[in-house]
Amino acid sequence: MTKLQNAIIGGVRAVLGQVPASWLPGGTPDPLIDKRVALGGQQSRIDGPDKVRGAARFAAEVAMEDLLYAAFVHSTIARGRIADLDVSDAEAAPGVALVMTYRNAPRIGVPPPIGLTNLKAAGNHTLPIMQDPEIHWNGQVVAVVLAETREQADHAASLVRVRYDAAPARTRFEEGKASASTPESILVERNRLDKGNAGQKFAQAAAKVDGVYTTPWESHAPIEPHAATVAWRDGKLIMHDATQMIHATAGSLAKIFGLKAEDVHVSSPYVGGGFGAKALWDHQILGVAAAKLAGRPVRVALSRASMHRLIGGRTRTEQRVALAADADGKLTALLHHGYGVKPRHSVCDEGFSLTGRSLYACESFDIVQHNVELDLLANSFMRGPGETPGTFAIECAMDELAHALGMDPIELRRRNAATRDPVSGAPHSQSAMMEAYDLGAARIGWYRRSAEPGTHRDGEWRLGMGCATGTFPFTRMPGTSARITLDANGDAHVASAAQEMGMGTATVQRQHAADRLGLPVDRVTVTIGDSRLPFASFAGGSSQTASLAAAISAASGKLAIQLMRLAGNDTPLAGLKPSEVEFADGGLRSVEDPARHESFASILRRAGRGELSAIGESGAPLEVLKYSMHSTSAIFCELRVSEVTGEIRVDRLVGAFDCGRILNAKTATSQFKGGMIMGLGMALTEETLLDERTGRIMSTSLADYHVPVHLDVPDIDVLWTDIPDPRTPLGARGIGEIGTTGVAAAVANAVFNATGKRVRDLPLTLDKLL
Amino acid sequence: MSIRVNDTEVPPPDDARVSLLDLLREHLHLTGTKKGCDQGACGACTVLLDGNRVLSCLTLAVQAEGREVRTIEGLAGANGELHVLQRAFVERDGLQCGYCTPGQICSAIAMAEELRRGDPSYVTPDIAAGPAAVTREEIRERMSGNLCRCGAHNGIVEAIELMLAETAA
Amino acid sequence: MTPLRYVRAADKVDALARVSSGARCLGGGTNLVDLLRQNVEQASELVDISRLHGAIQERDDGGLFIDASVTNAALAAHPLVRRRYPVLARALLAGASAQIRNMATVGGNILQRTRCTYFYDVDGARCNKRQPGAGCDAREGFNRYHAILGASDQCVATHPSDMCVALAMLDAVVHLSGASGDRSVPLADFHVPPGATPQVETVLLPGELITGVELPPPTDAMVRSDYRKVRDRSSYAFALVSVAGGLALAEGRVREARIALGGVAAKPWRARRAEAALIGVAPQSDAFVAAIREELADARPLSGNGFKIGLVERTVVAVLTALAGARA
Repeated sequence: MTKLQNAIIGGVRAVLGQVPASWLPGGTPDPLIDKRVALGGQQSRIDGPDKVRGAARFAAEVAMEDLLYAAFVHSTIARGRIADLDVSDAEAAPGVALVMTYRNAPRIGVPPPIGLTNLKAAGNHTLPIMQDPEIHWNGQVVAVVLAETREQADHAASLVRVRYDAAPARTRFEEGKASASTPESILVERNRLDKGNAGQKFAQAAAKVDGVYTTPWESHAPIEPHAATVAWRDGKLIMHDATQMIHATAGSLAKIFGLKAEDVHVSSPYVGGGFGAKALWDHQILGVAAAKLAGRPVRVALSRASMHRLIGGRTRTEQRVALAADADGKLTALLHHGYGVKPRHSVCDEGFSLTGRSLYACESFDIVQHNVELDLLANSFMRGPGETPGTFAIECAMDELAHALGMDPIELRRRNAATRDPVSGAPHSQSAMMEAYDLGAARIGWYRRSAEPGTHRDGEWRLGMGCATGTFPFTRMPGTSARITLDANGDAHVASAAQEMGMGTATVQRQHAADRLGLPVDRVTVTIGDSRLPFASFAGGSSQTASLAAAISAASGKLAIQLMRLAGNDTPLAGLKPSEVEFADGGLRSVEDPARHESFASILRRAGRGELSAIGESGAPLEVLKYSMHSTSAIFCELRVSEVTGEIRVDRLVGAFDCGRILNAKTATSQFKGGMIMGLGMALTEETLLDERTGRIMSTSLADYHVPVHLDVPDIDVLWTDIPDPRTPLGARGIGEIGTTGVAAAVANAVFNATGKRVRDLPLTLDKLL
Repeated sequence: MSIRVNDTEVPPPDDARVSLLDLLREHLHLTGTKKGCDQGACGACTVLLDGNRVLSCLTLAVQAEGREVRTIEGLAGANGELHVLQRAFVERDGLQCGYCTPGQICSAIAMAEELRRGDPSYVTPDIAAGPAAVTREEIRERMSGNLCRCGAHNGIVEAIELMLAETAA
Repeated sequence: MTPLRYVRAADKVDALARVSSGARCLGGGTNLVDLLRQNVEQASELVDISRLHGAIQERDDGGLFIDASVTNAALAAHPLVRRRYPVLARALLAGASAQIRNMATVGGNILQRTRCTYFYDVDGARCNKRQPGAGCDAREGFNRYHAILGASDQCVATHPSDMCVALAMLDAVVHLSGASGDRSVPLADFHVPPGATPQVETVLLPGELITGVELPPPTDAMVRSDYRKVRDRSSYAFALVSVAGGLALAEGRVREARIALGGVAAKPWRARRAEAALIGVAPQSDAFVAAIREELADARPLSGNGFKIGLVERTVVAVLTALAGARA
């Protein structure tokens, strides 16, 4: 983002601050906040039976005639050029149909980068793909081999010989810090925040802490590897993809390959875990290019090693957090400075320094973050980008401050709970952080915790408890649209190119549409996952549910108008305006006189219509510029640390969430737990090993990159305040990412409580506790 | 020699390099068995080979000649009704994206048999006596070869407990 | 993976003939198939011995003979193993996952290769084990999992097996067959330190194959034994360090001590110096510390694994302390 964008957003915010709430989206609270039938229930996910049968079809599982299998050859240097390529052995190997390199690859455009201004862009970096001999990172694809079988493709790929002219590469974090850049903006926020003379307040404070916290490179590690099955038919492109951005991928491919948007069809009904990783990366583009060149369909299914070479993860961060408080524990200064890696070709900000700007009331702030620009694979968004590493630093610092003050860590949060946005002064749309703390503290039995570290033990194990706040902003994406079609029976069919990767998208929106339209859930279907359906934004930023809900709500409004028009005068509803009717009992009825009702089926029948459709769209999310809209959570952890080995065993996690109203108790619980377990992995074991001598990732298997196993995961309790946010559709805020935030800090704080050791460097492997 | 897959005889592949997993997915289009890592580190490809849970990614298809393979597609009843554990997974939400799910289910079904036999695990207190009780710790250790990244672990353990309770009753 | 032929051995003689003419022995395949697929190893022919008779037989002297093709799962579940050699059952159950233990064989487990990540990165990393003389990227790279004992300038890799650590502790003997007949080698001598030839990992000669493993009659310290594995995850991860320990006491003194270490060397490390230092001493923590320190006197940590020295010490002391306190 540029200075100009900073000025524009700042200007809009200033104006909206003066605009009455009723003019904005969410100005009138969504009636479904209180009128819930299916919403808020425990419905099992509707795709569950297919998934447990193995019948849900993923991208690498689409059968096609004449299919070729792709294998990749990756560069082994970080920077330089290809000096010599010998593909003759590979071309001569059994079953090989094509070896594609920069020499014969089709000339294609550069992927349009993901951004908030172009919803049809999905590129994770801005480099040309296989268009020249230049090497930009260790692992870049230098050749694609297509063969009749996977075994033949893999073998032939091993026969490609490449010689490089290596150039000096910047691959070391410490060295890169000296020349780090300082961007004007992080996402849509101005980067540098200097308010209230924080330096001076810090110097004069009664109590202060000042520490450096580091988090490592991390990998999304979805269990489904990235894959695409691609076919060209009559100049049109079909891609069965694993993506959390269907339309953006289709739009990007159209641009890259010079196609009309309607000639690109992307299908992605199920995604086997995304967490930010399932975007548009080189493998799909190379697969499409190779399929074009070979004139045959292609399956690209990445190996784990290829995933680590082609799919960027979360950057490592180094964050200094300094907190100052008066003797009562009121924060007087919050300083948050840090570094993350963002290669020049990368498009994703790891906005860890945004975390502290909304979390606590504080007199002064001094915040800025810097980009270390290295010759590496582009970093990308991973579950809870920004807030996940950000809460680790800030929430450990808060625990340290509580300890320094001799104050209970929950009490410290209570004294600093913000009543409005501490930086902008904007009102909260809804915020109840301390209610979450009270719920969580009661559930875990916080009273059992001893303030003195190292007090409780059981044999060789030292026992401890810790807590931390999690947070994630509310986002609603504009442009997401949904079509509702009523059929002759009066049943409703919702369609949108939204994404399902385990969140329960269709399950929840079916509940929503049922309640919105006054139908039982079994008279509603929801179809998603295909670019031929109405446009939807990405599944990211925890925005999809709100965006899709806004679209369905808008569509239902249009549907009501159309129904009233069709109903004409021979209806019990005659004479009513659309604003005077509401959906109920499979039809429309008068708000004033509920006895005046006509069913959808009846209206359509009288009008001689077999069906009726309306499309609605999620409008501009102006509410986020007027209100401070953030979810918060209180995470609690109870654990043991072995005095013998330093091993940590987490015995219990409790997460209490303030995320507005919960729409499906069963799937929401799963999503919160899932986020927390990713946070647990971050706390305990996860670290992508980047060899800084070569810029090469060395942890390229799931045996080297340790995600939690069953035995690492304890019983987890999830609670919520369930207080509606009056400014959001359904009163709900997104829940996909907040679960991950705060967990690593809660674990580290519990480790301190157990052992008296303060580890500020993730992951908390046993060697750091010996 | 043929390979018996879900009660159907299928010929082995011509290419000895073809894994049992790729035979299922690419040759037989039985895509319910998932490829997560292709190197024995995630458990998504778990199938039952002569009733024992194995990783089909590390098994060459030819190694299964003359043997019986059961996959996720072969668990439901003849008229399509779900296996008790499949039902329990849906009921307890032991899944999110669904990609590790078939492996978890196949693994757990074999695990139940191992428990019934009294096989010990690394967390069994008395290794000679075998597991005295099916604790959550026992289930978790025995299922640790099946990774889940969505974080459905609690639901999976609850679903397994539900199956063990139903089959014991 | 290069194209290859697969044959199922008709019997031991057939297997031997094929191995002596260059075929690779395939057990469960849990390591070899992965190595072949990643092009770390090549083979033109695989001879599958997993269906040769695989039995666990009790011998007259009370020992056991375990055929090479017995699976890890079957061995761990065997009642005699669990009663007489609990350290072995525990070590097996600490290894890999249930699925892998159902496939992996005893012979294959012994011959499994290091998990050094540079060894696996065929295209992008230097490794003397893979390519003699190429150099070692681990020595100055990621070496948290690497050796502190018996390593060389050429190679700092560790042997990843848990089972072998227990077998080394138990004085197990590996039985081999080759063109020139049968022979046997103590498991503790089967793997060799890397020295100048890290590509040579065992004393197995070309054309030889492992036919089985013999366990001696159980001694008191074998019966009163345990295996403790320390790793980054609580399960399904390779060892940072592991300890196989066994202890027998008489009149308040140590009569027999058995210790082997995993995750510290290119071979399962039998801690004979520590064992010797323990004979006749009172089974107390300071004696255990002194004994294991003697064993670790030659330890040479790398940049990333210095913690292993203290970790081994504490884990050994914990295992022995528990065994000393256990009621036999």
